[in-house]
Amino acid sequence: MSAAWKRFRRDRLALVGLAVILVMVGAAVLAPVIAPYDPSEQFFDGLTLEGAPNPPGGKFLLGTDLLGRDLFSRLLYGARTSLIIGVVANGAAVILGTLLGVVAGYVQGWLGAAIMRFTDLMMAFPALLLAIALAAIFTPSLWIVAMVIALVNWVQIARVVYTETTGLAAREYIEAARALGAGSGRILALHILPHLVPTILVYATLGIATTVLLEATLSFLGIGVRPPTPSWGGIIFESQSYFLSAPWLVFFPGLAIMLLALAFNLVGDALRDVLDPTQRGR
Amino acid sequence: MLRYLTRRFAASVLILLGVTAVTFCLSFLIPADPVRMIAGRSASAQTVESIRHQLGLDQPLPVQYVRYVGRLAQGDLGRSYVQKTEVATLIWSRLPATLLLMAGAIFFELLIGLPAGVYAAMRRGRTADRGIMMLSFAGVSTPQFVVGLLLLYVFAYLLGWFPLSGYGTVWHLVLPALTLGIAGGGWYSRMMRSSMIEVLRQDYIRTARAKGLSERGMVMVHGLRNAILPVIAMIGLDIGIFMSGAVVVESVFGWPGIGQLAWQAIQRIDIPIIMGVTLVAAIAIVIGNLLADLVTPLIDPRIRLR
Repeated sequence: MSAAWKRFRRDRLALVGLAVILVMVGAAVLAPVIAPYDPSEQFFDGLTLEGAPNPPGGKFLLGTDLLGRDLFSRLLYGARTSLIIGVVANGAAVILGTLLGVVAGYVQGWLGAAIMRFTDLMMAFPALLLAIALAAIFTPSLWIVAMVIALVNWVQIARVVYTETTGLAAREYIEAARALGAGSGRILALHILPHLVPTILVYATLGIATTVLLEATLSFLGIGVRPPTPSWGGIIFESQSYFLSAPWLVFFPGLAIMLLALAFNLVGDALRDVLDPTQRGR
Repeated sequence: MLRYLTRRFAASVLILLGVTAVTFCLSFLIPADPVRMIAGRSASAQTVESIRHQLGLDQPLPVQYVRYVGRLAQGDLGRSYVQKTEVATLIWSRLPATLLLMAGAIFFELLIGLPAGVYAAMRRGRTADRGIMMLSFAGVSTPQFVVGLLLLYVFAYLLGWFPLSGYGTVWHLVLPALTLGIAGGGWYSRMMRSSMIEVLRQDYIRTARAKGLSERGMVMVHGLRNAILPVIAMIGLDIGIFMSGAVVVESVFGWPGIGQLAWQAIQRIDIPIIMGVTLVAAIAIVIGNLLADLVTPLIDPRIRLR
């Protein structure tokens, strides 16, 4: 692990990504302390005399939104929404995908075939449209949105884990363990799952980027987390009609979404280089 | 070859049947009762029953499913709750706009991705390579609605080079197609780069280098031809990404395609349209995957068909 960290440390971009993630997590956790105002308080002087939102600068660091609320405070609380969904939805997708992938790869037979054909089927659905259909069916709350994203995103990790598991299950040491009388549960827990950890780690990291983008997109389409819970995509959705005169309402949340997704992509890509043995020495 | 074709084709049909099973099940999870949506709130119990019977919703589920697939096979996607028109007609009238948008997006993603990837491969490990890879990561990490709104703000509002929204001329197409193409270009530059690096490592490149061919000549003559084909074969796989992207981009730019149709349907919870667009998109994706599978062995005879 320390060798892996040494190689990871040499990747400067990945370190920047890691720093961005840490700052965002810090901002989300400490939002009540850092935020200058309550994110849902509508300030009387939050709007100009004409009723337009305030541009950045002055009392409101990043300006105000259409209802006269402080954008900076809303962005800080929005980081919570993005990260909670990123971790919960992606965590659920990783657990579901790993479980199904391992079962399909280890048990094989009709059950494995059925699971893999089902992933083929899921691949034929455009992710966003499926999420839209699901979100239209269930009234979206934070947890429903997380569940919808998990239901859409488990497929890729299941397929990767399946491929790895079939490769591992055919190895001689697995046969040796079975000959010594180890049961399936023991083999899976001791001899297969530990070898899957690097792969799972890489895809879990990259998956957070996908999840953050999907959540933002659902919120932008108006079927994500419900107001008043601040969400970065939701802020852009609310200000869309006004954005030519108040571009900061699109620019700052957009930048936040991009930075968070980019950071997880950079770290995930560096982890792949570090942890994937076939990439070593390239 | 024929056996391979039949097998791939049969697999695609099976996947599409599965897709219809999923949309069928989804339409049962919807809390809103379709009969009430059609009959209205004030309808009498008798009217509701007769509509339910007309729609065949009083039949057992397997019967309903077989009928559903039968209707789909005839191109009947049901009726919109709100507009009362055939969903198939609505989708059909809007499909050309979306296909045009996709063609533009493919043009831009190749225009951005291929040269960037080749250049990065030639400068491998240097600043230019890192910069391009960083940019392509930024491209795939930015939500499409943010890219779209920023392009709109700068090139349509501030500079006034392009119209703010709408459809009709080639100028209307540029910004939405570029929005879709920027994320795609990020993926293509990465794929092109690794494909090029793979080719440049081959023995025949070493021979060419030993013969004294310049690095640039080598890349252009031997490298590009071999590296570009596997990347081009991926175009079929883009369709799925574009189908999702179209919903966002068409709503940002007011582009009258099936993505906008779906977006409007979301606002009114018009389930038949959402399901119809999902189905059409799934069909497009299956066709795209099939094309990618068929094209790959054609352009690279080393890939054997199984």
